[in-house]
Amino acid sequence: MTGKPRHGPSLGRLWTDERVRGAIFQFLTVLGLIAFVWFLVANTSDNMAQIGMKAGFGFLGDQAFFDINQKLIDYTSTDTYGRALMVGLLNTLLVSVLGIVAATLLGFLMGVLRLSHNWLVARLATVYVETIRNIPLLLQVVFWWTLLTELPRVQESKSIAGLVFLNNRGVRMPAPVMEPGMGIVVVAFLAGIVAAFFVTRWATRRRMETGQPFPSIWVNLGLVVGAPVALFLLLGQPLHWDVPVLGTFNFSGGFRVTPELVALWWALTVYTGAFIAETVRGGILAVSKGQTEAAQALGLSRGATMRKIVLPQALRVIVPPLTSQYLNLTKNSSLAVAIGYQDLVSVGGTILNQSGHSIEIVGIWLAVYLSLSVGTSAFMNWYNHRVRLVER
Amino acid sequence: MTETVFHRSKADLLPERPPPPGTAGAVGWVRENLFSSWTNSALTILSLYLLWLVVPGVFGWAFLDAGFAGTDRTACEGAGACWAWVDQRIGQFLYGFYPREQTWRVDLALLLLVPAAAPILFDKLPFGRKALWFSLAYPFLAVLILLGGFGLEEVPTDKFGGFMLNITIGLAGIIVSLPFGILLALGRRSQMPVLRLICIGFIEAFRGIPLVTFMFTAALLLPLFLPSHFNWDLVLRVIVVVTFYAAAYIAEVIRGGLQAIPRGQYEAAQALGLGYWQSMRLVILPQALKISIPGIVNTFIALFKDTTLVIVIGLFDILNIGNQMVANPDWLGLGLETYVFISVFFFVICFSMSRYSMHLERRLDTTRR
Repeated sequence: MTGKPRHGPSLGRLWTDERVRGAIFQFLTVLGLIAFVWFLVANTSDNMAQIGMKAGFGFLGDQAFFDINQKLIDYTSTDTYGRALMVGLLNTLLVSVLGIVAATLLGFLMGVLRLSHNWLVARLATVYVETIRNIPLLLQVVFWWTLLTELPRVQESKSIAGLVFLNNRGVRMPAPVMEPGMGIVVVAFLAGIVAAFFVTRWATRRRMETGQPFPSIWVNLGLVVGAPVALFLLLGQPLHWDVPVLGTFNFSGGFRVTPELVALWWALTVYTGAFIAETVRGGILAVSKGQTEAAQALGLSRGATMRKIVLPQALRVIVPPLTSQYLNLTKNSSLAVAIGYQDLVSVGGTILNQSGHSIEIVGIWLAVYLSLSVGTSAFMNWYNHRVRLVER
Repeated sequence: MTETVFHRSKADLLPERPPPPGTAGAVGWVRENLFSSWTNSALTILSLYLLWLVVPGVFGWAFLDAGFAGTDRTACEGAGACWAWVDQRIGQFLYGFYPREQTWRVDLALLLLVPAAAPILFDKLPFGRKALWFSLAYPFLAVLILLGGFGLEEVPTDKFGGFMLNITIGLAGIIVSLPFGILLALGRRSQMPVLRLICIGFIEAFRGIPLVTFMFTAALLLPLFLPSHFNWDLVLRVIVVVTFYAAAYIAEVIRGGLQAIPRGQYEAAQALGLGYWQSMRLVILPQALKISIPGIVNTFIALFKDTTLVIVIGLFDILNIGNQMVANPDWLGLGLETYVFISVFFFVICFSMSRYSMHLERRLDTTRR
């Protein structure tokens, strides 16, 4: 290099230029990737030709020939594969929503209890979190399911207060039966929630401007609970419960929840609850002690400190990992396949075995779960943007 | 005005008085921590009641009323657990279908893991850094011991099973996913847009989709993607997807660590004339990995727990062996024992891993002096 002029074109100089090197490297990467994908596609079409299969989503219109016992929409074995997948997707969403609600309640409770000043309570919550987090979820799912299916037969069902019956075919509980008039009560309830929202907003604004407190809790309670209950009594209680009654062979009345749904829901709740508890604990600990002390100095009670000072700030830390826990729960609901709860993956697996269209089925799985996860991260970004600290 | 000076000697001081009754010692502790207020007392009593409901029952079931010896169902007619049965089948739980006379090889591989892992996990050991060469050689050695060849009887992977299969998949996944995850994290933060896009796509795809679907992919699709004469081992395919899956999570954890490193560190490394790989290796990654340790270990724990998912494609890991036994008509109604027994294995390993990560965090915390 020393004998050459310092300027002017030279292959060596070109190679030491970072941008040129980067461009060459990227070009080679793209080439390699294309070659790799082409290799896969070529192999796949070869292999499929060998076993005489054609790719395409046409098979979704074929008759399914299998039954699904847990369904939210009408479905029989004469329906199509496409509709079966729809039933599966709805089942995935059903158990996910149920699990998310229950796991959030359990997780927040346990997270707060872990920070309790009561030594015994804090220890018990810790034992729960540490035990559950270190045992595989699949093991827990199978465990609960086995326990539920080892329950007594229908004739010897365990009854809880004569209303709810546990047996090896699941849980049977009273079903609410609406009579005419109940719709008005439901509407009143929903209207109460909306009204309560506006009352709270108005009360907060008034307090900000004038400093006058307003008993919004009692007013809201009246709007959301009081008014519908009064209406319910006024209309002559237009609702009764269809209580299950044990017949010769089976129960009549009420509605049945399958052991698969109960086991999966319960396992997902307990498992995700432990993770949410840790998230909540971390979030509360992340709020600096000065905030608590300042609140106490202002004379706020401990409950009010938690509600008005600590939790709102902790939520900023809690929500992003919480949403990813929700996403995990939704993904984990696919473990249903191990116990035969017919979710998207389970139904897809059956179709895959029957029709052999593995690429298309896996493609559908990927599309559904990816769109769920993209939706979740979109929400997370929106929330982060909304609650970010506004600094000068 | 004369200034009054007070002199005090020790003798003038009042003698120390004991603390008010009930604020110190055991009674004080109980008052402070269990009965400090009405709600607190109520919580304590409720907890004690729960413990009283659960603990004696569980203890009696697991130990007092349990049957420990025997060869069939009649061995445990009591109300307690039937460990006799677990005792009968322990070989299958641990080794699956690995030939009985060859199981010493599994034990040996596990035993060799101790000297291989020790220099990585703990410092201040004899031989210092030289011991790391053994750690590096261990994976190859373990594969050789387990699969056989070179005079040892060959054992195909479809004989792998039981807890040994979980450990094999978990360990292989852990060993490979860390370096792979680091590369993915670096790629995601690369200046080169193409490379960055590929890494983002890879990470998001693997993080957004349940592992169960990847298990099906490993079992059904991977053979379809490759030339038909290329016969690929199922356990190996599972290890590949599990590794990819864990690497995507590890990449995100490490990306968080990389983002937490102040710009000044990157600039200082450049100012010292270090190239990209040098500055990463000597300046950035040591700091970023240190921050990421809890997340990385959590990913490893998740990976190890996820090895049970192989049951959906019909491999016989410890959980699947348990499932088969629960269905065995000779030993009906032993689900509880089986799953509690299996849980203990996972709990011990995962709990130790999380404790170790806490220990490591404290050891590497250089900010506190």
